[in-house]
Amino acid sequence: MVANKTTLKSVFLENRVLLLKITIHLMSLLPLVALYLLAFDDQLGADPVKEVIHFTGMGGFNLLLLSLLIMPLAKKYRQAYLLQVRRLLGLYSFTYAVCHLLSFLAFEVQFDLTLFFNEIIDRPYITVGVGAFIILLSLAFTSLNSLKRSMGKSWQKLHNWVYLAVLLIALHYFWSVKSGLFDPGMYAVITVFLLSLRREKFKRWFKK
Amino acid sequence: MLIKTKKNYQLSENEVTAEPVYHDRRQVLKKMGYLGAGTLLAQSASANPLDFFSNKPDKVFAQRALSFQPAGESSQIWTPEAKVTTHNNFYEFGTNKSDPVENAQGFNVNPWQLSISGEVDKPYTLGYDDLFTRFDLEERIYRLRCVEAWSMVIPWIGFSLAEVIKKAAPNSRAKYVAFETLYDPKQMPGQASRRLGGGVQYPYVEGLRIDEAMNPLTLLSVGLYGKTLPAQNGAPIRLVVPWKYGFKSIKSIVSIKLVEKKPPTSWNILAANEYGFYANVNPEVDHPRWSQASERRITSGGLFARNRIATLPFNGYGEDVADMYKNMDLKVNY
Repeated sequence: MVANKTTLKSVFLENRVLLLKITIHLMSLLPLVALYLLAFDDQLGADPVKEVIHFTGMGGFNLLLLSLLIMPLAKKYRQAYLLQVRRLLGLYSFTYAVCHLLSFLAFEVQFDLTLFFNEIIDRPYITVGVGAFIILLSLAFTSLNSLKRSMGKSWQKLHNWVYLAVLLIALHYFWSVKSGLFDPGMYAVITVFLLSLRREKFKRWFKK
Repeated sequence: MLIKTKKNYQLSENEVTAEPVYHDRRQVLKKMGYLGAGTLLAQSASANPLDFFSNKPDKVFAQRALSFQPAGESSQIWTPEAKVTTHNNFYEFGTNKSDPVENAQGFNVNPWQLSISGEVDKPYTLGYDDLFTRFDLEERIYRLRCVEAWSMVIPWIGFSLAEVIKKAAPNSRAKYVAFETLYDPKQMPGQASRRLGGGVQYPYVEGLRIDEAMNPLTLLSVGLYGKTLPAQNGAPIRLVVPWKYGFKSIKSIVSIKLVEKKPPTSWNILAANEYGFYANVNPEVDHPRWSQASERRITSGGLFARNRIATLPFNGYGEDVADMYKNMDLKVNY
C-alpha cells in the first residue's frame, strides 16, 4: 500500500508541469469553443455579440493576471516548476485578446472600418485597450525560445512592458463600464497588488 | 416610417428557440467559464459554482393574457419575445442584462398603487386592477433604442400617458411631469446593495416636459406580446417614450407628479456629461464613450447576424415629435 501511494505521488510529481499545462489548455480552450458555438447558434442570451466581447475581454484579463501571479507564487512557496506554465498562460491571454478585438471588428462594428478606426481614436477606453493589445502582440511574437535566445537582454526589457499592458487593461475595463465600479475596482486592486509584489524590481529600474 | 425588407438571417418568430432551452444553454457556458478563464470574481450573484449541483425550479412571475385593440400590419421585424424578456436594463434587479429575469421572478406587484398628483385639480390613485380596466388598451409596435447602441422592436400594450394626465386636470403650473419607480429594497436587491444596483441613487426617477408627456406617442405600457408585463420589463406599469433613449422609459411606476420645475432624472444625476434630461435619440450627438450614429438591432440570428443599421433622428419618429424641439440646440440639450 505504502509503496503504491509513493509511486502514484511520484508519477504525479514527475508529470506535474504536463498536468498543469493540460489543465490550462482545457480550461482556456473549452470555454472559448463553447462560447463561439453557442453564439453562432443564437443560444447566448439576447445579444450574443455583447456576451462574446465581454467574455473574451474578461477571460484575457483573468489569464494575464494569473500569469502575473506565477512568479510571486513560485518565489514564496519555492515552486520553480510553476514558471514553466507562465508563457502558456500569457499566450492564452493573447489569444483571448485577439478574439476580443476581432469580435469587436466582425460582430460589433461589422467590418465598418471607418467606424472601427474612429472608435479606436475617439474613445479613450478603446485607445488604451488597443495599446495593451499591441504590447501583448509583440510579447506573443517574441515568445519563441529561439527568438528569446537571439534577443539576449533586450528580450527581458521588452517583456517588462507586460506591466504597462496590465495597467492599461485595468483602465480599459474601468472606463468601459456604464456604472457600478465595484467589479472594475476589484480588478484594479488585484492588478496593483500583483504589481506591488514586484516593487523591488521597479525600485531597481529607477535607481539605475 | 422605417421600411425594412426581410433578410435571410431574420427568422420569423416560430423559428425562435424555446425559452427553457435557451436559458439552459446559457447556464452551461457560465459553468464552464467559471473555473476557466471566465471569472475570477463572479460577475453576478447567480454565477455560483454550486448552481451546477442544484437545479431547484425558480419561482415564475405570473403573466396573464390581455384583451386589447391590436396594432395594424407592420413591416418591422419584431424582436423575439424570449429576447425582449431576457435582455433588460432594470438595475433594481442587478446590472447585468440577464440579472432582472433571474432576480425579479418573485416580484409582487399586486396590490399596486400609482398616484397621479402635484399641480392638478383632481389628483387620483390607480390600484392594480385599475391599470388594466380604466383605460382602453391598445397595442403599439415601437422601436426601442437603448443609449448603449442596441435596439429592439417591441409590441407594447397600453394607453397614452396624455389620457391619464388629462383625467387629473392639470393646472397652469404643470410644466413638467416627474415619474418615480417603486422603492422597496426588500424586493429589489439592487436598491439594497450599492454593488448590485450599479451606484444609481434610488428610487429611480425620470421626467418629461409637459408637451412631451402629452404627445400621443408617449405610452404607459401594462403589457407586451399580448400579456401583462413580465416583472423584468417593468411590471405592472411602465413608461415608453419611443423617440428617446430607453433609460427615459421608467419601469414599475408608483408616482406621476405634475410639477413646475424641471425634475431631477436618475442617469443625469449619475453622469450629467453622458446623459441629459432630454435624451432624444440623435445620431449626430455621440455618447462620450461610443458613437450613436448606428445601432445593432436585436432580432433573431446569432453572432453572424448583420444587424448594424443607421440610427435615425428621434429614432425615426421625427414627423411626430421634431416640432417640439425646433428652437432648441439639441447638441447642448442632449
